[in-house]
Amino acid sequence: MTTVLSAQDLGRRYGRHRALAGCTLDVPAGQVTGLVGPNGAGKTTLLTIAAGILPPSEGRIEVCGGVPGSGPAQLAKVGFVAQDTPVYAGLTVAEHLRMGARLNPGWDEAMARKRIEHLGLDPAQRAGKLSGGQRAQLALTIAIAKHPELLLLDEPVAALDPLARREFLGDLMQFVAEYGTSVVLSSHLITDLERVCDELVVLVGGQVRLAGEVERLLATHHRLTGPRREAPLPPGQHVVSASHTERQTTLLVRTETPIIDPQWTVDSLGLEDLVLAYLSRPALEVLR
Amino acid sequence: MIEFQLSSRSAVSPYQQLVQQVRHALRLRVLRPGDQLPKVKDVVARLAINPNTVLKAYRELEHDGLVAARPGVGTFVVATLPGVSLAALGPLSHELRQWLAKARRAGLDEEGIEALFMTTFRTAPEEDTA
Amino acid sequence: MIWLTWRQLRASAVAVYALVAALCVAFLVTARPSEPVLDGLQDLLYNQGTISAVYLLPALIGVFWGAPMVARELEAGTHRLVWNQSVTRSRWLATKLAVAGLAAAAAAGLYSLVVTWWTAPGEGKGLTMALNSTGRITPFLFSVRGLVPVGYAVFALVLGVVIGVLLRRTVAAMAAALAIYIAVQILMPLFVRPHLIPPVQQTVAITAENTVSVGFTGPEATQVTSIKVREPEGAWILTDETVDATGAKVDSLAAGLGNCPPPSPGVNMMDCYAKAASDHGYRQLLEYQPAGRFWALQTLETAIFLALSGLLTWLCFRLVRHRVS
Repeated sequence: MTTVLSAQDLGRRYGRHRALAGCTLDVPAGQVTGLVGPNGAGKTTLLTIAAGILPPSEGRIEVCGGVPGSGPAQLAKVGFVAQDTPVYAGLTVAEHLRMGARLNPGWDEAMARKRIEHLGLDPAQRAGKLSGGQRAQLALTIAIAKHPELLLLDEPVAALDPLARREFLGDLMQFVAEYGTSVVLSSHLITDLERVCDELVVLVGGQVRLAGEVERLLATHHRLTGPRREAPLPPGQHVVSASHTERQTTLLVRTETPIIDPQWTVDSLGLEDLVLAYLSRPALEVLR
Repeated sequence: MIEFQLSSRSAVSPYQQLVQQVRHALRLRVLRPGDQLPKVKDVVARLAINPNTVLKAYRELEHDGLVAARPGVGTFVVATLPGVSLAALGPLSHELRQWLAKARRAGLDEEGIEALFMTTFRTAPEEDTA
Repeated sequence: MIWLTWRQLRASAVAVYALVAALCVAFLVTARPSEPVLDGLQDLLYNQGTISAVYLLPALIGVFWGAPMVARELEAGTHRLVWNQSVTRSRWLATKLAVAGLAAAAAAGLYSLVVTWWTAPGEGKGLTMALNSTGRITPFLFSVRGLVPVGYAVFALVLGVVIGVLLRRTVAAMAAALAIYIAVQILMPLFVRPHLIPPVQQTVAITAENTVSVGFTGPEATQVTSIKVREPEGAWILTDETVDATGAKVDSLAAGLGNCPPPSPGVNMMDCYAKAASDHGYRQLLEYQPAGRFWALQTLETAIFLALSGLLTWLCFRLVRHRVS
C-alpha cells in the first residue's frame, strides 16, 4: 500500500511556542484517516503544512509524492477544507465555481454544478449569506471538483448542526466511494470518526501518540477489571492505563494474544474510551 | 431493495450489522434471489459510514454464497436462507410467550431470563434442529 | 487569476475611477485659467482640486486597493481557500500587484495629464497657490503635475500591500499606510527633493533695485529683521538670506541697519537700507532650483518612487512566500 502523506520529525514553531515537534507519521493511500487530539495538539498545523499553506520549521514532509505547495501540479493533487470553511463573503456561489474553474486545470465543472444543484444552493446567492452547513458544502465542492488525490479536512463539521453534519459526512463518503480519494479528516467528535474512518491517528502535544487501523485498535485493546493487584502482566500484554481502588484494579491493555487469566473480567472498549486513554497517558513510545 | 439502518449503541460492529440485516431480510423473504443490494455509494451517503464497511459486509455475504457482485452493475442476491414461513411464526411466538410466563412464575426476573436464554442458546448445538 | 483579481478589486477600482472621472470632467468643463485672477470654480479647482488630488488619489489607492489586498485574505482566512487552488502564491501575488499597479498608474497618469493640460496656459502668469507658491516647480504645484503622480500612486499601492502583509489586519493596515504615505509626502519636498540636483547658488549685492522687502520689528518698527531680494522667476527658492562678507549667515541685522529713519509714506527707504547693508559688507545668498529644471526633477523623483516601489515589491514577495501562515 502506498503512502499518501509521509512526515519525518516534522516541526513548526510560532515564536517560542512549538505547535508540532518531532511528528512522524505515514498515512496510507486510499483510506479515510481520522486525526484526533486535544486543542492545540497541532492538528490544524499539520494539515495546513500538508496543504502547502504553511511552511514547516523543521523536518520533512512528502504529500502525494511531492513537496507541499511546490507548484501548480502539486497543488492540484491536494484539496483542503480549512477550519471554519472560509469562503469569499462577497462572491456568489457561481463566482466561487468560476474561481475554481479558472484556477484549476483539472476542474470538473459538471460535477461541481451537479453538486450545487443537488444541495439546493442558489448560484446567485452571496456566500456570506449561506448557513454554516451550506458554506461547508460549498467549500467541500470546491475542494473535490478538482479531483485531488488527497483531501484534507480540518474539523469541517465542528460548527454544524447534527443534520448538516450527517449530510456533509454522507456526501464526503459518497465521494470517497465513487473516486477512491484518500482523506485525512480531523475532528473532536470520535463518534463521527468511528463511522467514517479506516485509520486513526492520535496527536497530542505536536506528536503522534497512536496510529493504526480502527478495527485492529478496537480488537487489540481491552479493559480488564479484577481484584486489586500490582503484579505485571504476561509478556505481549501492554498496559495503556491503570487505576486502582482499595479493592479493585482496572487496566486498559493492548494485546494481540487472548487474555486467559480467570481473575480478570474482560470487556471490549469503545473507540472514544480508547482514544481518551491515550490522550491522558503521558507521552511514552508511539504505538502502531 | 432494503434500507440499511445502523445502531451506534449495538455491541455488534457496523459491518456485522449490515450482514445481519441482509440475512434477516433473506429469511423473511424481503430479499429474494435476483434482487439488487443497495449500491455502496448510496448506502454510505445516507448512513455517513466508510465505504469499506459496506464493501466488507458485501464481501462476507459473497463469501457465504448469498450474493454475487457483477462488476459495473451491482451486487445481487443469488441464494436464500432457510427461512421460517410466516405461518410457523405464529405458533412459535405463542409457545415463547407461554414459556416466559412459566419462567416468571418460577421466580426469574428479566436478567435471569436473559441469562438463562443466552446460556442455553450458546451451548445448545445446532443439530437439535435436525 | 486575472478574473479573480479584477472581481475582488472591482468595487474599490470603480470608486476611485469614478472620482477621477468626476474630477476630470470638472476640469474639462471649466475654462483654463490664464490670468492671475480666477473666478470661483477655477479658484476652487486650482487650489483645492489639485492639492487634494496629490494626497487624495494615491492615498485612496494605498488605503483601499493596497492595504486590504493581502490583509483581508489573511484576516478572513480566505488565503487558506485561494492558496489551495492550483496557482502558486507567487503567481497569485504577481497578478494582483500587476493588475492593481497598472490600474493605479493609469488613473494617476490620466489625472495628471488633465491637470497638466488645464494649468498649462496659466504657467508664468503669476497665479499663486497656497503659501504664495507660484511656478510649477514649487512644492504644491510640483506634486500634481507631470510624472510624479504616477510614481506616488504605484508607491502608495505597494506600500499598502506590504503593510497589510506585515500587520495582517485590514483596518490597522489602512491607517498605517495612510500615515506613512503622508509622512513621505511631507519629508520628500522638505529633505530630499531640494538636493536631487544640487541647487543653484548665487550671492548678490543688496541694491535698491533688487531689494524686494525688509522685515521690521520693535516698538516703533525700527529693528530690521530680514531682507529679501528679487528672486528668479518661477524658481523654487530654498534660501534667500543675508550673509556677511565671510559668507556666514547674519543673525541679527538690526545692529548695522538701525541708523536709517523709520519708514514713512512717500519716502523710498530702500536706498538707505541697501547702502547700509553694503557698507557692512552684507550680501544676499540665494539658493534655488530654477524653473527650467522642472522635468529633470520630475523624472528623478518619479524614478525614486518607482525604485522604492520595486524594493517594496521584492519585500512583499519574500514575506508572502516565507512568513505567512
